[in-house]
Amino acid sequence: MIAAHTPVQRPRDARLLIVDASGRIRHSARDAFVGLLNPHDLAIANDAATLPASLHGRHAPSGAVVEVRLAGRPSLALEFERASARPRQSGSERVAAEAGRSLLTADVHRFVAVVFGAGDFRTRTEDRPLPPKLAPGDRLELGPLSATVESLLDHPRLVSLRFDGAARDIWAGLATHGRPIQYAHVPAPLALWDVWTPIAAMPVAFEPPSAGFVLDWASIRAMHRRGVAFATLTLAAGISSTGDPDLDRRLPFDEPYRIPASTAAAIHEARRQRGRIVAIGTTVVRALEHAAGRDGVVPPGEGVANQRLGPASELRVVDAILSGTHEPDSSHYQLLRAFADDVTLADATAALEASGYRTHEFGDSVFVERRNRVVRQVAA
Amino acid sequence: MTTQLNERLDGVRIAITGGTSGLGLALVDELTRRGARVAFVARTRERVDEVARGHPLAYGIVGDVAKKDDIYPIALQITAGLGGLDVLVNNASSLGPVPLALLADTDCEDLELALATNVLGPFRLTKALLGALAASARESVGSVVVNISSDAAVNAYPQWGAYGASKAALRHMTRVWDEELAPQGIHLLSLDPGDMDTPLHALAVPDADPSTLKRPEAAAREIADAIAARLRDGIKSAREVEAVGVMP
Repeated sequence: MIAAHTPVQRPRDARLLIVDASGRIRHSARDAFVGLLNPHDLAIANDAATLPASLHGRHAPSGAVVEVRLAGRPSLALEFERASARPRQSGSERVAAEAGRSLLTADVHRFVAVVFGAGDFRTRTEDRPLPPKLAPGDRLELGPLSATVESLLDHPRLVSLRFDGAARDIWAGLATHGRPIQYAHVPAPLALWDVWTPIAAMPVAFEPPSAGFVLDWASIRAMHRRGVAFATLTLAAGISSTGDPDLDRRLPFDEPYRIPASTAAAIHEARRQRGRIVAIGTTVVRALEHAAGRDGVVPPGEGVANQRLGPASELRVVDAILSGTHEPDSSHYQLLRAFADDVTLADATAALEASGYRTHEFGDSVFVERRNRVVRQVAA
Repeated sequence: MTTQLNERLDGVRIAITGGTSGLGLALVDELTRRGARVAFVARTRERVDEVARGHPLAYGIVGDVAKKDDIYPIALQITAGLGGLDVLVNNASSLGPVPLALLADTDCEDLELALATNVLGPFRLTKALLGALAASARESVGSVVVNISSDAAVNAYPQWGAYGASKAALRHMTRVWDEELAPQGIHLLSLDPGDMDTPLHALAVPDADPSTLKRPEAAAREIADAIAARLRDGIKSAREVEAVGVMP
C-alpha cells in the first residue's frame, strides 16, 4: 500500500473498506462511517491524548547524542506529589493547613523507553544506529529533563528509566521539549495538534490511537441523532515500530488502560438492546477483551493489557472494528485475524492494494465485522 | 434554581487562565478554598512560582494563551496536573491598545493582540481540552467552560473598541458553542464580573477611584457560585479518585 505522508487526520477523500460478517467486501467514503452503525449500537473510542514522547539529548557517561522514545508506562494511576512549598511565617492558616496535604497528579516518573543513537525521524528507524552501551545508573540529559537508566530490558535499545525531579517539572519539560514520535514516511515535523484526536483527553499514549482520527464532533453528533451510543476508554497506546526485528516481535508492549464506569454501563445497555459493540481502533479491542470476564462482562476500572490477539482469540465483547489499513506483518493485522478468517483478510488486502488505499496513521481505514456473529445472552 | 452561597467544590478539577493577578488570582484563592483542585496558567515563571508558593495545592503552568504554540503544552499540563478536567475558566484578557484609544487610532497589531488573547486563545484552549471536558461530562459531572466577558461586549463605549469587539466575539462564540455542546453535557457560560479593582482596569482607567470599583474577591465568589450551580445539576455522584497508586 501507499504510505500516507501528509498529516491530515480527516482527508476529504479518505476511503473505507468494509468487510461484513459474511466476508463480503465493499468500498465506501470514510466520512460515511456513521451510516454503518445501527440504533442501539455502541461505538467506543480510545480518548488518550498523545505525549510528545520523543526526547533528544545526551547520554551523560559517553557524551553521545541520543533520541529517547518513551514507549510504555507501568500504570495510569495518579500519584501524590508532596507539596514542595513550605508555608511562610507570614502565611495564612489556610496555607499552613494545605502544606500538610499533597498534590494529586498523573504519574510521570517511570517509563519503558527505546533509545536510538544520533539522528531523528527523517532516517528510517531500520537504519538508525544503536545508542552507546547503556548501563543501570547512567544519566540521560534530555533538554530540561534528566533521567536515570534503572535497568536494561534484554535488548541494547530497551530500558526502564526514571525521570528526576517533581512531577510538575517533568510534565513542563515534556510539554516544552518533547516532540511527537514520528516516522520517515511523514517528512514534515509533527506538532501535537497533528496527533491529538478531537476527543483526546489524558496525555498517556506514546503514539496516537489513530483510528480515532476518523472522529470529529459532527460524527459524534450524527451518532447521537441516529440513536447510536458513544463511549470512551483510555489506553496508553505504545509505539508501533522500533525498526529492530527482535524488538518489533515483542510489540505491542504491555499497555495500561482505564475503563470508566459509564462505559461499562453503556456496554451492558447496548447488549440489553441487542446492539453491537463497535471498537474504534485496535487499542479499544485490546482493552475491552483484556478486561472482559469469561461471560463477556466488562467491569470498570484499571488494568494492564498484556495479551496478544490473533486467529485463536475468542472475542467476548467486540462485534466490529474500525481501524487503519494494516500490512500483514504487523501486530494490528494479527488482531484483525480474530475478526475474520485468513481467506477473507487476504481478499481484503488484495482489494486494498488493487484500489490504491493508503496506509499508516494518516491513511485510509477498514471496517471489519466479526464473522458469524451470534447474539449472546445478556449477562445478569 | 436556588443559590447556595459558598457551596463547596471538593475535588472538582478547574483550570484558570490569567491566574496570577486580578480576578484570576482571586479565583485561584476562592476555588482552592472551596476544595477544588486548581491549575492556573500565566505568562511569567516568576509570577507563577510566587502564586504557587502561596497555594501549595494549586498547579502552576507557564504559558501564553495568545500564542498558538503554547496551547497544546498548556492543555497537556492541565490534564496531566489535574488528572482530567471538569471546568475551564478562560479569564486571561488583553485590553488591546494601552492607553485605550479610539478605534481609528488603534494599531492593527493591538487589535490583533486583543483578538489573539480574548478570542483565539479561549477558542484554541477550549478546543484542545474538549476531549477532557467531554470525558468528564460522560463520567458523571457535566463540565463547564466559563468565558469572562464584559459590559463592553454589549455596549459601545468609545475607546473600548478593540477590547469590546473581541469580548463581543467571545460572548457570541460562547453562545453558539453552548448550543452545540449541550448534548455532550458541556455547558458554556459567559459571565460579566463588572468593573473591578484589578491591574487590567488600572491600565484602562488609571485615574479611577478604587473605592468605587468592585473587589475581585466578590466577583470570584459569584463566579464560583455560578460554577457550583451549573455543576450541581450534573452531579450524579460525588467524585472520587477511583484508584490511587503512590509511586515509590
